[in-house]
Amino acid sequence: MITYSIIIVAGTGLILGVLIALAAKFFSIEQDPKISELSAILPGVNCGACGFAGCADFAKALLEERASPDMCPVSSPSIRFLVAKALDAAHIEPAKRIAVVFCGGNNHHAKTSAQYNGVSDCRSANLIAGGGKVCDYGCLGLGSCARACPFGAIEIIAGLAVIHPELCTACKKCIKTCPRTLIKLVPASVHVHVFCSSPDKPADKRKCCDVSCIACKKCVNAAGENQMTIAGFLVRINYENPPADDLVEKAACPTKCLSNTYPSSYTRAKITTAEEEEKTA
Amino acid sequence: MQNEYLLITIGAVLVNNFVLSKILGICPLLGVSKKLDAAIGMSGAVIFVLTLATFVTASIYNLILAPNSHFAKLTGVNLDYLQTLVFILVIAGLVQVVEIILQKIAPPLYNALGIYLPLITTNCAVLGAVVINAKEARGILNSTIYGFCSAVGFALALILFSSIREKLELAKTPKAFQGTSIALITAGILAMAFMGFSGLVK
Repeated sequence: MITYSIIIVAGTGLILGVLIALAAKFFSIEQDPKISELSAILPGVNCGACGFAGCADFAKALLEERASPDMCPVSSPSIRFLVAKALDAAHIEPAKRIAVVFCGGNNHHAKTSAQYNGVSDCRSANLIAGGGKVCDYGCLGLGSCARACPFGAIEIIAGLAVIHPELCTACKKCIKTCPRTLIKLVPASVHVHVFCSSPDKPADKRKCCDVSCIACKKCVNAAGENQMTIAGFLVRINYENPPADDLVEKAACPTKCLSNTYPSSYTRAKITTAEEEEKTA
Repeated sequence: MQNEYLLITIGAVLVNNFVLSKILGICPLLGVSKKLDAAIGMSGAVIFVLTLATFVTASIYNLILAPNSHFAKLTGVNLDYLQTLVFILVIAGLVQVVEIILQKIAPPLYNALGIYLPLITTNCAVLGAVVINAKEARGILNSTIYGFCSAVGFALALILFSSIREKLELAKTPKAFQGTSIALITAGILAMAFMGFSGLVK
């Protein structure tokens, strides 16, 4: 009886082994070696938490740019870093994006209707009659975003949040914080923006802010076709097809609302060497 | 005769549904039910593998392992106790072979079934079906039909469940229930709904 069982099981195993070997020899196809490289980095537990069928499928999706490394909730930051690095080696790098505050109304340009003495936080101010500025859509300048930024990339200059592009990592923390949703991610390669988010009528905007977009369309005409879009009384850069940086000079925006990465009325406060040293330390 | 097949079909798909009544194959039920697409791929793979596995294992069982098989009568030994071992071996090996061949000759089918094909070779639903077949001493044809139908039952449960889960993603769930816990509760309610079929087929 033992002999028979050994023969049966060993024989089945042998037949199947030979079958697999033959199939592998005659039906083999080449597979992208990057997939196995990436799967080796991933946690390899095939838990399916990413929504794909397993780590190998996720690796394939990563290579085909159908997924991003942060979709794997199981992997640690170091694994994500390795995955991103491996993807860089495969020349898949998403364009760098930075956050921009779409408002240019600092204390000198935007008029105030009241003095806000409450808690120094934009969300609180927004709840109490919309803070001190007349414009209901402008930056409140109380620095909630600056406090939320883990990289110290946001500075409040004269009552207006300004983001330093070198320090911005596009982590979206500030975007979630801003009660007026003024902050948006844009491609870092675009240096010209319309610093206004107010959909009000041009006449009303001019009453409350010197640097608002009055929809005069000078920039739209100066830019190439389809490079700017206009929605209501607000002009926007088409970030899919952005205009060149010299549009600021060409358009000669009457309110200086269209400007380079920072509102032109003040130069960006330089990061002091002390801060840089602190950053590297 | 046709009556018997009908009974097997209804019994396997609805009454003794693999997932919701026999509680087999819970791993893919929770693992690949986040997206309907993935669930459909998984269902296809299960139907494919189960039909194949039940056919091959039932052939081996009826010819060699069963106490009343030709081989057993010839040699006078009862190899019934080897069934689990041989079944797992055969299913795992066979699916490997089929996978390699599919990848070469039918890439669209291979892509549709995807990773699920090797993943489910040692799934409890697959082993469960073939062992139940052996226990019930079904013939080769009946076994294959049973395998196919229980896989369809599995597919039905998985697709129903993943459709519900996709809707659940949009629903306002209390924080403590979000994710797997509400999925488990949903699975329980679905299983209770399927209890309504019990008694339809013995």
